[in-house]
Amino acid sequence: MLKARNKLGLVFFPAFDWAISPTHPEREERLLYTLDQVSEEGLEDIEGIEFFNPVLAKEEDIKRVHFCVPDVESVVTKSHLISAGGAIQAARALLEGKVEKAFAMVRPPGHHAHRVVYGDRGFCIINNEAVMLEHIRQYFGPKKVVIVDTDCHHGDGTQDIYWNDRNTLFISLHQDGRTLYPGTGFPDELGGPGAFGYTLNIPLPPQTGEEGFLYVIENLVMPIIEEYKPDLVVNSAGQDNHYTDPITSMNFTAQGYAKLTELLDPDIAVLEGGYSIEGALPCVNLGIILALAGLDYSHVKEPDYEPDKMRQPAWISDYIKRLCDDIYGRWLRKEEIARKMFDGKDFVRRNKRIYYDTIGIMENQEETIKVCRPCSGYTLIKSKCDLGYFILAVVIPPGACKECVEEARKIYEAADPDDYTGVYLQDKVNDEFKIKK
Amino acid sequence: MIIGIDVGGTHIDAVLLGNGKIIKKSKVPYASISMIEGICRAVDELLKNEGPCEIERVNLSTTLCTNAVLEGKTSPVGMILESGPGLDASFLACGEENVFLDGYIDHRGQEIKPFNENIVREAAVRFKEKGISAIGIATKFSVRNPIHELKVKELLGVDFFPVVMGHALSGKLNFPRRVYTTYLNAAVYERFSYFSSAIEKAFEERRIKASVNVLKADGGTMNLKKAVSFPVYTILSGPSASVMGCWGLSSINDDAVILDIGGTTTDISFFAGGVPLLEPKGIRIGNYPTVVRAIYSHSVAIGGDSAVRFERGKLAIGPRREGPPKTLGGPVPTPTDAMILMGLLNAGTKEKAYLAMKELGDIMGISPEETARLILERMGDIIREKVEKLLEDINNKPVYTIRELLYGEKISPKKAVIIGGPAKALSLVLERKLKLPCDVPENFEVANAIGAALSRVTAEITLFADTGQGYLTVPELGIREKIGKEFNLEKARKQAMELIKERASTLAPLSEEAEAEIVEESCFNMVRGFYTVGRNIRVKAQIKPSVTNLT
Repeated sequence: MLKARNKLGLVFFPAFDWAISPTHPEREERLLYTLDQVSEEGLEDIEGIEFFNPVLAKEEDIKRVHFCVPDVESVVTKSHLISAGGAIQAARALLEGKVEKAFAMVRPPGHHAHRVVYGDRGFCIINNEAVMLEHIRQYFGPKKVVIVDTDCHHGDGTQDIYWNDRNTLFISLHQDGRTLYPGTGFPDELGGPGAFGYTLNIPLPPQTGEEGFLYVIENLVMPIIEEYKPDLVVNSAGQDNHYTDPITSMNFTAQGYAKLTELLDPDIAVLEGGYSIEGALPCVNLGIILALAGLDYSHVKEPDYEPDKMRQPAWISDYIKRLCDDIYGRWLRKEEIARKMFDGKDFVRRNKRIYYDTIGIMENQEETIKVCRPCSGYTLIKSKCDLGYFILAVVIPPGACKECVEEARKIYEAADPDDYTGVYLQDKVNDEFKIKK
Repeated sequence: MIIGIDVGGTHIDAVLLGNGKIIKKSKVPYASISMIEGICRAVDELLKNEGPCEIERVNLSTTLCTNAVLEGKTSPVGMILESGPGLDASFLACGEENVFLDGYIDHRGQEIKPFNENIVREAAVRFKEKGISAIGIATKFSVRNPIHELKVKELLGVDFFPVVMGHALSGKLNFPRRVYTTYLNAAVYERFSYFSSAIEKAFEERRIKASVNVLKADGGTMNLKKAVSFPVYTILSGPSASVMGCWGLSSINDDAVILDIGGTTTDISFFAGGVPLLEPKGIRIGNYPTVVRAIYSHSVAIGGDSAVRFERGKLAIGPRREGPPKTLGGPVPTPTDAMILMGLLNAGTKEKAYLAMKELGDIMGISPEETARLILERMGDIIREKVEKLLEDINNKPVYTIRELLYGEKISPKKAVIIGGPAKALSLVLERKLKLPCDVPENFEVANAIGAALSRVTAEITLFADTGQGYLTVPELGIREKIGKEFNLEKARKQAMELIKERASTLAPLSEEAEAEIVEESCFNMVRGFYTVGRNIRVKAQIKPSVTNLT
């Protein structure tokens, strides 16, 4: 029998008894054919590939990342706790030294879930990667992490959560936001004052194929990761860049995904979107698994795979090259640009409108970040949504300086609950989470 | 009356049962004679004063195929494989010759690409040149659509025998295991056929008109004549016979752990809800993982004759056996010596056992009695740790639904049944270590033969229906037929319950008591765009393993 070069832990939880609604893309059937393929290939017998069941994420794990409004219990279902718990289990297997690579093939996905959560958007409620990361940072110590989001949609939730955290470099490759939900993820979205340049967005034109994706990974993502020197590389492994995906317009392939995985060489991959459940998911997932395990994936191909047909037009190649040069330039000059933007300011404020497509509500948010030299500064969020909630949320990031902790806690204490439907505190210095109403 | 026979490594155990009681037992060593001769001697001994016509059935558990595989005494096999896209299939090469087809059937059983038939014709020529007669055919997803395997068989014509097709052996999804199972079935076919005819002849000579059945690894039986098509099912039936024997000898209605403690190994099995637990994927023999259904059995290298040493401040038991216990003239102290000194086992002399324990005790600076006690404690601990580890693995097997993850049943043994030479001597220690009541049944030394005698026919089928495509497939029966849009889970269940009986009857005449049941079922709506285009239904049915309890 075969032996994996890298010991790989798989958390494969297809949640066959859960759907958003019967005909929703996020339905029972989504990973059915992937499980068939994985079973028929006999992956469970390959030496060095080990399967784990998910654990359930705890309320504390969720609160470490999100402000669920009105509270965790009202917003989060068991399926979400299991999906996030699947990611936690994958990461634990890795950090406990049981495996060298881990892949959480779980659903529902999570990368559209922002820090503030009123409900489901982009099929996500809980940000699986963020919940996983904050769990392992809590139990295994501080970690410098890169999250590379290769889902076709901009990972706007993950970006929001790590906007001001320079210990989490977030890089998203996605179909240009002018042509696809959620409509964000442009090169000038680079992070907050405490972590400017540690959010990088690479919007790719529709029809980008193997050549384009691999070019970005090789020529932009990998050099930046090398310079950043992370402790962990996490891949948000959405599979909807596939040429058969029904809700996107890219030309990526199973071979491409496997090569991307090999190049990126992530420690942990977490499944995100991907809704070509028959044409793409069985072979893309197989390709990613084999690449992670260090096994030969050269025979993993779609039945109708023809590289020539999938080739991207020349103008796309040129465009992507220029785009990469531009973004790499921004990465190199991030400190300089940050000084120009933030020097002399006490606070940086932005207003955001966040649309919850799945449940059809709009959120209006005012985010204020304290500009602080010794630390990344606390964040205040005032958020209002169509459901009638108006909240104040206070975030004290890990490593916040004494002044920031005191100031932020004072703001929380002083806030009058009568002015809001809820006042929330996320104090990551003291691992303390409070609500007052 | 029923005869049960278990062919072991060195001995053949046989029992004659009548009216739920053991009438006679026999044990025949067969190191110097053939297995068939040994079986005949065992039967002759049982029937010395009995009338042959009163025998209702003879059930036989044999190591014939197991040994053939482990010793490489198999026929050359030409393998024709079709892997389609996926893992590089070259690692699957087994047998004398391997030919890979270029077609592909997908996970829904749709033919994506037909194979080039000339590859099969050329392979046939090459196989003939090489004098290969046995053929194995296995294609990816053949359990979803066996059409390519059937087509290859048709193209091969009548020049080869046997021609084994993967889909007919198991409905499980696992291409590598299907390939190996197909190979093994073809490789042991000739040997088993020869054995089957010889046994038939021998029984005829003894005027035994009873039906002769062989034991399968899943604790069920199949008729000897029908078994010729499925010899691979008999592989490793020995441990299963013992588990079935424990079931007959000790009443087991709940979760339980079965320990068969031998000279060098301890076999661990479990009962879940009163029935033997099966291997989740299938049995493994030598280097070959298979899809053969089997009773779960895990071997640990510790037994009565395991060598005991004092190493780095710790007592080490096993994994090696250096010879018989010191009391019986062996080279090193063993747990058996400890049992003899403590008066738990009658063998050799206590004086010799005392010396064996003293030798070890002197190194450790404790008395011989204390040494003996420590050895048994340590042995109990090793077995307990292993049982706990296995249970943890079993209880954490992958699940795919939220319901199973949150509320799935876990195995938690309520009793232990212990058999084997040191069983009685160890039962008190194990009772304490496992914190379970331990039962050492009477006549456990022939549990294997009793298990063989009491076993009945078992079978399994897998029904796969796809109303989007309008097809139903039952690989074990070679069925692929059209169904209508209205076909649903209820109809699938009903059909599976009928077909399982049909499948069982291909293995042996089905008795009245045989109990059919649905063991797994699922039904998925297939949605394309925003419309439901069909249902994807999977149902697994089985004839339950069962025994009649001895009174």
